[in-house]
Amino acid sequence: MATVADDIQLQTGAPPRSGSIRGHSYPDAAGHFGRYGGRFVPETLMHPLAELTEAYEHYLESPAFVAELDKDLRDYVGRPSPLYHAERWSRELGGAQIFLKREDLNHTGAHKVNNTVGQALLARRMGKTRIIAETGAGQHGVASATVAARMGLECVVYMGAVDLARQAANVYRMKLLGARVVSVSSGSRTLKDALNEAMRDWVTNVDNTFYIIGTVAGPHPYPAMVRDLQAVIGRETRAQMLERSGRLPDVVMACVGGGSNAIGLFHPFIDDADVRMIGVEAGGDGLASGRHAAPLCAGKPGVLHGNRTYLMEDEHGQIIETHSISAGLDYPGVGPEHAWLKDSGRAEYVAVTDDEALTAFHALTVTEGIIPALETSHALAYAAKLAPQMRRDQTIVVNLSGRGDKDMDTVARLDGIEL
Amino acid sequence: MSRIANLFERLRGEGRTALIPFVTAGDPNPDVTVPLMHRMAAAGADLIELGVPFSDPIADGPVIQRATERALAAGVRLRDVLDMVRAFRAEDTETPLVLMGYLNPIEIMGVELFAAEAAAAGVDGTLVVDVPPEEAGPLAGALRPRGLDLVYLLAPTSDGERIARIGAAASGFVYYVAVKGVTGAGNLDIDAVAAKLGEIRQQIALPIGVGFGIKDGPSAARVAAVADAVIVGSAIVERIEGLKDAPTRIPDALGGFLAELRGAIDGAGAGPVVGAIEGALDATGGA
Repeated sequence: MATVADDIQLQTGAPPRSGSIRGHSYPDAAGHFGRYGGRFVPETLMHPLAELTEAYEHYLESPAFVAELDKDLRDYVGRPSPLYHAERWSRELGGAQIFLKREDLNHTGAHKVNNTVGQALLARRMGKTRIIAETGAGQHGVASATVAARMGLECVVYMGAVDLARQAANVYRMKLLGARVVSVSSGSRTLKDALNEAMRDWVTNVDNTFYIIGTVAGPHPYPAMVRDLQAVIGRETRAQMLERSGRLPDVVMACVGGGSNAIGLFHPFIDDADVRMIGVEAGGDGLASGRHAAPLCAGKPGVLHGNRTYLMEDEHGQIIETHSISAGLDYPGVGPEHAWLKDSGRAEYVAVTDDEALTAFHALTVTEGIIPALETSHALAYAAKLAPQMRRDQTIVVNLSGRGDKDMDTVARLDGIEL
Repeated sequence: MSRIANLFERLRGEGRTALIPFVTAGDPNPDVTVPLMHRMAAAGADLIELGVPFSDPIADGPVIQRATERALAAGVRLRDVLDMVRAFRAEDTETPLVLMGYLNPIEIMGVELFAAEAAAAGVDGTLVVDVPPEEAGPLAGALRPRGLDLVYLLAPTSDGERIARIGAAASGFVYYVAVKGVTGAGNLDIDAVAAKLGEIRQQIALPIGVGFGIKDGPSAARVAAVADAVIVGSAIVERIEGLKDAPTRIPDALGGFLAELRGAIDGAGAGPVVGAIEGALDATGGA
């Protein structure tokens, strides 16, 4: 099995890649994925981003750093996460065999911690004493507060006021971990506004503060750095599938908000042209309704939060409010690498509605005894649509990116129950 | 020579420091902005920065965020801002105007169309805060041939390499962000600013405006002693906010505030003629 160091060397060495992305560097030195990505930030952040890029490129190839990261991923996060064959659900759907990459079994209950463990190690090596983070569903905030607690670093988490209300349990977890949770009531009071506020904090406190962005968006190097830290998901999946079945999966699938769990799963399969990669966006009330959070399916390219990517925006270039039942997908942008994978045709992007996600949430819970996060339920919903169209000897890997405990209030309320 | 270059040339001859007010276009409503601009010019504004409202202003503090939200709620978009510029230019062909904002509304309009319309309307330059020189290729390619200046930010975190890069890319003037933070931040350290301006002037011959943290006459006077231009934003926008329910009173009230700043700046003496930054005088041709 490849180590982190091997993989990083492959990426930063920028060799020609096979398949549809041949000939592109990946990203280039300025952080561009084709026309996407880049570094669109106020001048104050340009030098700190250059320093971060230098540190990231140095340490992620440093054997001592990689060894420490691998140890933390094993002993603290609990990696490798299992690849579980959902036999009963697959039988019920009557088609392809569905495997679940169990990121929900990680410490703190989601894939987010893979990234925060790595960035926290980087923060410490860069001599930063203060961590800031944005969060939507609260999973990244919890994962950031967790690593900050472990390292004795101050931690401030920005969270939209709307999300604060619908993810109360995670807010309490962050506070227990010693983080200060700041309610953001500007704009649409969700994840994008939390990100705005975290950027403002970083501009102000740039000397002592490390900003742990939770997804594969933001200015370079974040999309590449977070991808490299999450790619452990896909590397493990690849090895586990080969060990189990002697071949690669036919489809890998994940939900896409900012897109970190999807890139983490997809990335090690990009050169495997026979593996379909499908990202599932939040269709909200349906794409036709306009009330959704599916920029890849129904948005257009623009610039937000430091990078060029697909956005939900109006004809004047103003960012529009998104809607999703899941706070973690309720974001008007998406990582620039996804924008590039979409345009190149290497990955496919679809959307499922709130209702379809809820149906899948209940289906997995009762057939497999696994309660998924509402974010993850979007990927499950599309797997449930696709599997019956495939043969029984074919396979789909769904990234089970997080567990659903945090969503009990939301789901109960939809069932008319106040907990 | 551009209106902006002319302005600084003239001020240098007169030994004066420029006063540059910032207002968000359309705050608190679209009818206020053009009369306010005229009033500010009459009260001593040398150049006006007009903020283009954007939904996600990551470089702005709470005061300008709220101004942006008021302008957006009043329906003001980039096209409306260009209309305001046209209306202003019908009566004032002298005062340079710089549009300050974020890239996305410009990209959606199309950089070529934006550059053509901005030039035709009478805009003199742009400061697009989320576009560093590294990402400015298409924008610069559209603006320069039409004679529009590209104003860039410099910050306390800008090292020598970045100063050189921005010196090579900028025209008109350079905007030095005096504090690490968003607009409206406090704690202006004038000694640190003077030291950094000395460093910048080693590499950049363009006039240097200083903004962020200038709240009143005394702080404007302190900055005027070391800078080529004093830029005041949040302190103005805060006063507009205080009168948002009596918008007809805004032009006179702000005219009074501008006159106060003007007086403080002119009383501060002749621009950057300060012993501590002698090196600067060569670079700027003296003051």
